[in-house]
Amino acid sequence: MTDVSNRNQLAYIAAQASDARVNVEFETEGMTLNLGPQHPATHGTLRVIVKLDGERVLRADPMMGYMHRGYEKLAEVRTYPQVTALVNRIDWLGSFANEVPFILAAEQLMEVEAPPRAQWIRTILFELSRISNVILFLGDMGVQLGAVTPVFFAFRDREFVLNQIEAVTGGRFHPNFDRIGGLKDDIPRGWIEETTGVLGRIRTFCDEMEDLVTGNEIFQARTRGIGVIPPEVGLAYGLSGANIRASGVDWDLRRDGGVGLAHDQVDWKVWTHPDGDSFSRYWVRLQEVREACGIIEQLLGGIPSGPVMAKVPRIIKVPAGEAYVETENPLGVMGYYVVSKGDLVPFRVKIRSASFSNISITPWVLEGTYVPDVVSILASLYFILGDIDR
Amino acid sequence: MSSPDTDLDEVPEGSEPVTDPERDAIVAALAAQLGDGLVASEVLAGTDVWVRVTADSWLAAATVLRDTCGMAYFNFLSAIDWMPSPFGRDMDAQVDLVGTDEPQADPEPMTWGITGGSTRFQMIARVHDPVGHIGVTVKADLDSDSPRVDSWLPVYPGANWHEREAWEMFGIAITGHPNLVNLYLPSQFEGNPLRKDYPLLARRVKPWPGIVDVEAMPGDGDEPDDDGDGS
Repeated sequence: MTDVSNRNQLAYIAAQASDARVNVEFETEGMTLNLGPQHPATHGTLRVIVKLDGERVLRADPMMGYMHRGYEKLAEVRTYPQVTALVNRIDWLGSFANEVPFILAAEQLMEVEAPPRAQWIRTILFELSRISNVILFLGDMGVQLGAVTPVFFAFRDREFVLNQIEAVTGGRFHPNFDRIGGLKDDIPRGWIEETTGVLGRIRTFCDEMEDLVTGNEIFQARTRGIGVIPPEVGLAYGLSGANIRASGVDWDLRRDGGVGLAHDQVDWKVWTHPDGDSFSRYWVRLQEVREACGIIEQLLGGIPSGPVMAKVPRIIKVPAGEAYVETENPLGVMGYYVVSKGDLVPFRVKIRSASFSNISITPWVLEGTYVPDVVSILASLYFILGDIDR
Repeated sequence: MSSPDTDLDEVPEGSEPVTDPERDAIVAALAAQLGDGLVASEVLAGTDVWVRVTADSWLAAATVLRDTCGMAYFNFLSAIDWMPSPFGRDMDAQVDLVGTDEPQADPEPMTWGITGGSTRFQMIARVHDPVGHIGVTVKADLDSDSPRVDSWLPVYPGANWHEREAWEMFGIAITGHPNLVNLYLPSQFEGNPLRKDYPLLARRVKPWPGIVDVEAMPGDGDEPDDDGDGS
């Protein structure tokens, strides 16, 4: 009873039905994955809500605020010298570097300049903070991709750097050593030689990382071409530091900023990488640690003599005015917009922290990636929670 | 900075050029394209440049800065509440007013910073030229009662979280922002903490120990000191 046209019709319907069945079988269900707030990849308590379609990320929303401490409000009831104790805790792995831009902003308002010796020691401590911060990243990047060894190396060698910071400032993590007009103290006897020795160890560490991680096939497969950020996108999102240099933007405030640090007195190079992927962000940071060793070594050889403190009044009242000073901190550009009304306390302090802007690109960069790459990208963007939440 | 003899007494601006053609050009470009939208500007030669625009020209200023002045880099965006704290000078560590919960009857007059101002709230944002290495700070006066401003998102996608922060901390409505939800604060939180009339409760119930330090200190450093200047 079925004629040809009918058979064709049935065949067509059957084909459609089987297609539909295949589609049903392959259809993936949407799923929400809650990464954090206690995930090892989050360096603290960043929570990322990832909406998945199968293994593919449709949307990623970082949730901040688990560590919001309200430093901008607290700074309004602290005297200027007291504020450094707060801002120490922003990026806790590179504490001394947090103090520097704030002090420089206050100095700019007071029209005070630190003596050359203070500027050089400041720069040395600044770069030591960078090393202690970034070598932890180098180890941590491996551990997030499954290589456990590098992180032990990193913690081992970071101790030596922290010891040197402690020898000068008395604090391993929170030096609170920078003062308006200079530094609290001079460096101790024998410190220069010891630090030179430590720099040798750090260079060895970099070579070990090169051997252990950089050339590793698994590491390369997990990072090359993953999480590519084009330079114009990175700039529009306010990415800074090694993250933007890894996208090929040749911009480093240590060279281009011209604030009162001694980086212009030594010979060094700004490293960039054209790829903009996770691997290049790792690679640029590795080179920057080496470069920081070179900067410190040159500075150690030529610390000018003289006082470490300029003449400043005992009770510091900062003249009315506004200043924005930013420096190239370990995590990227960190700046303080300080508004003074001539009181003992700042009227308003806007803290421009690097990680806040660096991590604000995550919804853009994570969209369309796969679940395992989320960790690799977050690790390579490198954030410190205190630097996001402030 | 390597010669201690000459630089010690010099202020940082001492050696800077008096005119600054690059920063002047930015102001000129904004003046040409915004017209009356540009209210005030100040160029600190060799150091920085501030401009103040009207709230209506806020988004247009961003477009001009990015497209004409090469400011590809979005640095930060925030706000300032220029009202002196109604809790008097207890925000100043010199005076301890713990226990006096009444707002000061006669608050100080409002004063503004660089490029002036006319209203309580000012939007402030900074963009940067990653090639020419010049940053510009843009300000805009907002309505004191219902501060409202256009979102910068069409120009700088990085403004997203900064605008959310300004919204929750200052209560500034951002027109055109797709996702104005709290960034840091719990979702039920009431109030805008960075406004000056929002009391810092910890400070109102307990004296800050730092007050004692400051008051006990002698005048202008005539006496030897123990932790200040390393002398």
